[in-house]
Amino acid sequence: MEHKLIFKDYSEALKQNKLLGLKCRACGAITTPPKMVCRQCASPDMDIIELKGSGKIRTFTTVYVASEGREDEVPYTIVMVELDDGPWIMGNLGDFDPAQASMELVGKKVKMGHKVFPGDKYSAGEGARPLFSLVN
Amino acid sequence: MKKVAVVGVGETNFSGPQDKTEVELFAEAAMEAITESNLKPEDIKALFIGNVLGDFSEGQGMVQAFAAENIGCHHVPANKYEGACASASMAIRDAFIWVASGFYDIVLAGGVERAATMGTGLATRTFAMFSDARYEYPSGITFPAVFAMLTHLYADTYGIPLEKLREQMAKVSIQSYRHGSVNPRAQFFGKNADMTVEKVLGSFMVSSPLTLHDCCPFSDGAAAVVLASEEVAKKLTGKPVYITGVGQSSSGPLCNQSDYLPRIRAREISSRRAYDMAGVTPQDIDLCELHDCFSIASLIAAESLGFFEFGKAGEAWEKGEADIGGRVAINPSGGLKSKGHPIGATGAGQVYEVTRQLRGEVEPERQVEGARTGLTDTLGGDGGTLVNIILQRGW
Ligand SMILES: [Zn+2]
Repeated sequence: MEHKLIFKDYSEALKQNKLLGLKCRACGAITTPPKMVCRQCASPDMDIIELKGSGKIRTFTTVYVASEGREDEVPYTIVMVELDDGPWIMGNLGDFDPAQASMELVGKKVKMGHKVFPGDKYSAGEGARPLFSLVN
Repeated sequence: MKKVAVVGVGETNFSGPQDKTEVELFAEAAMEAITESNLKPEDIKALFIGNVLGDFSEGQGMVQAFAAENIGCHHVPANKYEGACASASMAIRDAFIWVASGFYDIVLAGGVERAATMGTGLATRTFAMFSDARYEYPSGITFPAVFAMLTHLYADTYGIPLEKLREQMAKVSIQSYRHGSVNPRAQFFGKNADMTVEKVLGSFMVSSPLTLHDCCPFSDGAAAVVLASEEVAKKLTGKPVYITGVGQSSSGPLCNQSDYLPRIRAREISSRRAYDMAGVTPQDIDLCELHDCFSIASLIAAESLGFFEFGKAGEAWEKGEADIGGRVAINPSGGLKSKGHPIGATGAGQVYEVTRQLRGEVEPERQVEGARTGLTDTLGGDGGTLVNIILQRGW
């Protein structure tokens, strides 16, 4: 059985600021990041849909100690966002001073753009991730 | 199913960068365990080793075969387990299952790692490989970042002001440092017994709000245990420690665990299986070596294991309920924070500690008096692998 939506296609769409997910024909739940079966009912019978990419920050951190090869990126803020469509997704917070990240971020509404990790010698190529920004 | 006993345990010092190879480190722990069991290497029927990053740390794959040959366990089946930080616990659980089944009567299980040898940059990169590589690593996730995000989520979920939570977390680190300071095998033996809340909060920020003293170190080290069937165990030792319950569970990427976070669902399933199998409850546990890779991880673990109410573990630490002499003695070894965290060996180090505690053999300052039942808790990745093992005195 083939995947409806694989990482490469998800990542290519994200590079166009389109967040793709899968909507279950059996239970209606939305799954993203994509996988073989529905996150709620494990049915593989799902259709590709475009999500809004909007949501609210549920948690965050500002990273000061980087992995090898990413030293130039610190400090940066990672957020876990609860999408309006249901799933949680990980991304970065842009247009924001990482040193100012505090509990006040929790619950704040965000919209989505993207940023590409160019990859390193272990990553089998590049990968895009959401780059969120606060909605005023 | 046969009863299975731990009949011997061995461990190297857990430490910063070592000059010894992984094969050398594992062999030292293994021979200590075999010798203590009154056995010879030729008595071992199979060898199960946890090892995670030997390829990155010293260019050595398939360490299990070389380790078996090095200690004279010639031509035995030798398996490697990789479940990130829970690897050795997976190895011991599988060894338990094989001995319980009757297929083998004596199995050596353990683990080895040289995480400190890799240095912070490569260790941080490779530890991040236990998060989702496609959907989460591009955001720059690191291990401290996972638990830093769980800290903020914990504060929000339970309505605890972050500053208060950070003080409670500091007290977790302080307790672990105190225990490890009197454990001669610990990475911080003789160190940090005078740690204060101010020093923890004032050390440098790794991933907000976690400072250096909220985080366990990178460590090198090895640990090993010999498991034997009840019939064999009774011939070898008057103090068999029985494995009476085991549990293991898995989860997917961190974001996909959102229905439960900051609770780790895999831990609740794994520990429930172990408790049910042993026929005990959290109230029966005298001591627990749990997976305190970060100070917040101790609070999350102790709650999911059933020791304290959700959102209340920090208060329990403040009141001494998680200390030796309290309701349950948590990490009398010093835990990952102070004893150290050579990831492929950590779970075997926990079984080493619990076994010696039940035998009454550790340093008096950190001995849990009269301990009869102990629990280990090992977490791999960000909840991807969870293993729990219950050990009980057999005399
Ligand atoms: Zn469904």
